[in-house]
Amino acid sequence: MVLTGKSEEKIAPVATRTKVANWKFGLVGVFFGIVFVKAEVISWFRIQEMFRLDSFHMYGIIGTAVVIGIISVFLIKRLNIKTLQGDPITITPKQFSKGQIYGGLMFGFGWAITGACPGPLFAQIGAGYSVVIVSLLSAIAGTWVYGALQKYLPH
Amino acid sequence: MLDFISQPWPWYVAGTLIGLIVPTLLILGNKAFGISSSLRHICAACIPAKLPFFDYDWRKESWNLWFVGGIVVGGFIGGSLLKNPAAMIIAPDTLHSLQALGIRDFTSGLLPTDIFNWGNLFTAKGLVFFILGGFLVGFGTRYARGCTSGHAIMGLSNLQWPSLVATVSFMIGGFAMTHLGMPYLMRWVGL
Repeated sequence: MVLTGKSEEKIAPVATRTKVANWKFGLVGVFFGIVFVKAEVISWFRIQEMFRLDSFHMYGIIGTAVVIGIISVFLIKRLNIKTLQGDPITITPKQFSKGQIYGGLMFGFGWAITGACPGPLFAQIGAGYSVVIVSLLSAIAGTWVYGALQKYLPH
Repeated sequence: MLDFISQPWPWYVAGTLIGLIVPTLLILGNKAFGISSSLRHICAACIPAKLPFFDYDWRKESWNLWFVGGIVVGGFIGGSLLKNPAAMIIAPDTLHSLQALGIRDFTSGLLPTDIFNWGNLFTAKGLVFFILGGFLVGFGTRYARGCTSGHAIMGLSNLQWPSLVATVSFMIGGFAMTHLGMPYLMRWVGL
């Protein structure tokens, strides 16, 4: 766990601490959007294949992404890797709520109907399926209605 | 090279690249991968309506809006400059099941134009596939506090059991809708 030598090396050049401009996250988004389209993750047909167990494609993508994510987070913690600004990396733990079940099921229904989770909604619009703007607006409305009803819902 | 890029990318390439977004966002600025939060930030920015759920400084989370804005641009690049010229290959079993449900367009792109076109907006198809579907995605992800990226990828990467509960619920919902709900919905909208 303690790798002081290495982490001090990484902390050293932080004298010029700068705030990462938001456009860098935009750039990551561009990259992500390209992957979404090129791997056909945004395809309504691929989501149908997934829920009909007729193709391994989506399971392979999500499974590989999770394995890479687990290894990355493990290494970040193990090697005490810092952000570019030199701050320690912190990940907020997820709190359990019944919403993960009720809301999760509702999102699953919507995922099968639209063939898209929130990321692909944005990518579909970019890829020229302009009518998905309506789905996105409805998703924003859904989020708003959740915000309005939150206190009446079981959590 | 461009030829190679313009073909559909295999699952292991896409999965690896998507997985690498997790450490990239953490290292770039301690950001947890998640997309559905952007919908909340849009509400907080545009229509907070004095609701406590939208009463926070969304500007502090504006990186997330840049991120989804980037996804739109990336979608454009992937769908135009790097577009796959060939029709997509759909698993035959899925193709036959969807044919039986009334879908006819399997060749024009990544989404069937039977459903996804502006002409359907004010019809039962639009009501189900755009309005109801979108609403469930937005309501459900916020109620579950995350979507495929926040729970299935980011949450599982950090070995969070609530994210596993959420991911399993997403899948159960999707299976139920595909096999139990959609045959009725598709008939009702007149596909």
